[in-house]
Amino acid sequence: MITFEDVSKTYGGQASGRAALAGVSLSVAPGEVFGVIGASGAGKSTLIRLINGLETPSSGKVIVDGDDVAALGVEGLRSLRRRVGMIFQHFNLLSSKTVAGNVAFPLKLAGRPDAEVRARTAELLARVGLSDFAGKYPAQLSGGQKQRVGVARALATGPKVLLCDEATSALDPETTEQILELVSGLNRELGLTIVLITHEMDVVRRVCDRVAVLEAGRVVETGPVEQVFLHPASATARRFVMEVEGPLGGVPGEAGASVDGRLVRLTFRGEATYRPILGAVARETGVDYSILGGRIHRLRETPYGQLTLSLTGGDVEAAIARFQADGVRVDLVGGAGR
Amino acid sequence: MDNIDWAEIGQATLDTLSMLGGSMILTVILGLPLGVILFLTGPGQMLRNRLANGVLSLVINILRSVPFVILLIVMIPLTVALVGTSLGVAGAIPPLVVGAAPFFARLVETALREVDKGVIEASFAMGAKRRQVVLGALLPEAMPGLIAAATVTAIALVSYTAMAGVVGAGGLGDLAIRFGYQRFQTDVMVVTVVLLLVLVQALQMVGDAVVRKVSHR
Ligand SMILES: Nc1ncnc2c1ncn2[C@@H]1O[C@H](COP(=O)(O)OP(=O)(O)O)[C@@H](O)[C@H]1O
Ligand SMILES: [Mg+2]
Repeated sequence: MITFEDVSKTYGGQASGRAALAGVSLSVAPGEVFGVIGASGAGKSTLIRLINGLETPSSGKVIVDGDDVAALGVEGLRSLRRRVGMIFQHFNLLSSKTVAGNVAFPLKLAGRPDAEVRARTAELLARVGLSDFAGKYPAQLSGGQKQRVGVARALATGPKVLLCDEATSALDPETTEQILELVSGLNRELGLTIVLITHEMDVVRRVCDRVAVLEAGRVVETGPVEQVFLHPASATARRFVMEVEGPLGGVPGEAGASVDGRLVRLTFRGEATYRPILGAVARETGVDYSILGGRIHRLRETPYGQLTLSLTGGDVEAAIARFQADGVRVDLVGGAGR
Repeated sequence: MDNIDWAEIGQATLDTLSMLGGSMILTVILGLPLGVILFLTGPGQMLRNRLANGVLSLVINILRSVPFVILLIVMIPLTVALVGTSLGVAGAIPPLVVGAAPFFARLVETALREVDKGVIEASFAMGAKRRQVVLGALLPEAMPGLIAAATVTAIALVSYTAMAGVVGAGGLGDLAIRFGYQRFQTDVMVVTVVLLLVLVQALQMVGDAVVRKVSHR
């Protein structure tokens, strides 16, 4: 649905060495929820704005729904923008228009007849649960309600793609949850392709299928969320994971360097998360364990657990083999040979 | 109060009001598009154009730096060419408009700058054409600021009309000078000044009320 081919972007005032984006290649499949995570200034907004042509690449190609965005004329670009909705961190609603007026705006821009505009606006407001607020002005709404208006407005022209630029960053945790639920629902029910930008790993964990990690304009890691989350390969990804899991989350190099025994990290997924494997393995192999760190959570609907253990005594090799036989991934993280 | 000729004061008030009304309408018709162009050609805006913006800005600054009394006199030939006379209400309107339109244009530019850039960007992201962004988002979003700008301009025009009285425009200012000042009829002076004050106060109140009505922030 969306492809970036070696895309770079340097802004007018920027030194050529400090590109906002440098050599970014990625692709987003239809119906996918694709996350882009990065620190402030990493180039996330630049990346998402290239998708609907709010920025043009300095080099490389951005292809959206079959169109090379930079090659589109004025009309082509307008047509693309009706197929690609966007929501924003600060909502960007028109303060001079009512809730209904905001949702109707893209339809009026597209020159749809009044009757259709009215019917569609009512339908969209019902979808986001704001039918009773049609005549209110944005200033009279809470942050979460404003973002729901933003979502309704973005959906007005029936897009295939929804772009979310830090759409929950200005919201409290509870409201964030509601908006993420709403966005996930659109993906499930309408098959909408979603590109979601954030600086919070927790948002990625809740709703994304795949994620790209952006650092200083470059993609340093990309893959399925569970892979990046459970086995982060880059320092940047590890830092983001640690932000939500704390330093003892079984992240390599963190747990007690001065502990005796063989340090291993076990990753349980799905059903294995709830089985009493640890005790069974300890009994069968005579290995003793102490737990140095751990985390149990969900990635979308899948439960997972990760434990960092120090194994002492008994047959350590057999214990490791036994874990693996049970479908538990084992990573050796230190203390080898003792 | 024996010097006061109420019929004459009534006529002068009407003259002032028609000078104000006529020049205000033309000031908005001329100044609003100028202000919009000034804003849109500015750095980082959708029609950014250094040359056009620089020239327009310079012309506006030149016109704004000429004291209004001088403008009144310098413009006499042009005024005669435009409306056939430099006297009366008609003769006052061209210099009033030339004096007030650049001032209003600058205030319009400032009001447009106050509009949240994110809203403009969101409009483009929804597939709006430039014209639709300006008419459907930029101007409506700036409406409270634009009304406030119009109020300030109208009040400035009230004092300009009084000055225009000096070169024979008629109106309350003319009355104040001819009778109040030159013939030492203080009571006429006081009445005209009070009427001008009431006019200014009324404009401010109406302006503020409209701003409140159109502001939904
Ligand atoms: N319009 C612009 N002009 C110049 N530099 C910009 C512009 N927009 C962004 N940048 C720069 O590009 C880099 C990436 O910005 P951005 O994409 O907004 O990052 P993020 O959204 O991840 O915080 C930053 O260094 C920023 O200062
Ligand atoms: Mg950003």
